[in-house]
Amino acid sequence: MTNSSGSAETEAPEAQQPRAIVAGHGSFATGLISAVQQISGRGDAFVAMSNQGLSGDDIETRLRAAATDHGVRVFFTDLPAGSATLAVRRIMRHEPDIVLVTGANLAALLEFVFHPDVPAADAARTAADKGRASMIVHGAG
Amino acid sequence: MPVALHRIDDRLIHGQVVVGWGQPLGIEMIVLVDDNVASSDWEQDLYRMGVPPEMEIRFPDVPTAIRDYESYMRDPRHTIVVTGDIDTMRRLVAGTGAIREVNVGGLHHRAGRTQRMRYVFLTSDEEDQLRALAASCAKVTAQDVPTARPVPIEDVLARPVTEKAQ
Repeated sequence: MTNSSGSAETEAPEAQQPRAIVAGHGSFATGLISAVQQISGRGDAFVAMSNQGLSGDDIETRLRAAATDHGVRVFFTDLPAGSATLAVRRIMRHEPDIVLVTGANLAALLEFVFHPDVPAADAARTAADKGRASMIVHGAG
Repeated sequence: MPVALHRIDDRLIHGQVVVGWGQPLGIEMIVLVDDNVASSDWEQDLYRMGVPPEMEIRFPDVPTAIRDYESYMRDPRHTIVVTGDIDTMRRLVAGTGAIREVNVGGLHHRAGRTQRMRYVFLTSDEEDQLRALAASCAKVTAQDVPTARPVPIEDVLARPVTEKAQ
């Protein structure tokens, strides 16, 4: 589990407490957070977690602990069928105030970090809309 | 059509299964054989929501899967059969008498298991179960994703035990 990565190219804003967990396959989370940090300097809004090498139970345990440790109620994951997504869904069964956004992308995370004054759950919903809208096919092919 | 893949994976339905294997094999149906999931509507909903709408997913317990196995073979769709542990697959192999290949796709770290591969951790009982499984069907290999080299289970079991780093 890591908290942000990379360095901002511009003057860093005041550090944020983590407001969401990003979880997925391989380096999905650290890679996305690194990109958020490079663009906005606000990668510290996220805690990263990889499912690599972990059982479903271990993924759930670590995600639950991270949410508790950081007081976070928002999760961004990669695939709707991914093991991180399934683990969060299991947590949500007993903690219904959690918000989960699957299919997360860079546009979604950037939208999320630029609304630090909006309740995290509301910012997550707006972020999902932004991420969805950022998927555009160019070209006539 | 013969079942395309019989997989042991303690994560059951997840990215490697639905996308990693599902895409290249053109999978249209997943049969998740697990006695606990078969008896839980909530667990079934959890896994159902993760698969694409065009992919059917079934949740038989072991006796039902054995009974219906012929229908999976006759089904024109490409199918994956998944179990979460070795013993469930062993029961399925014994009960159907028709499974010739088994893929060990993921048995992750937990107390009592030691590491054999990056994604294969086994207790001594599970090692015995794998040997029995290998003796009862033609081919058991470890392979997490289609692009990886399948490793014969005999080679997996012959590897020195390594300590889990994390």
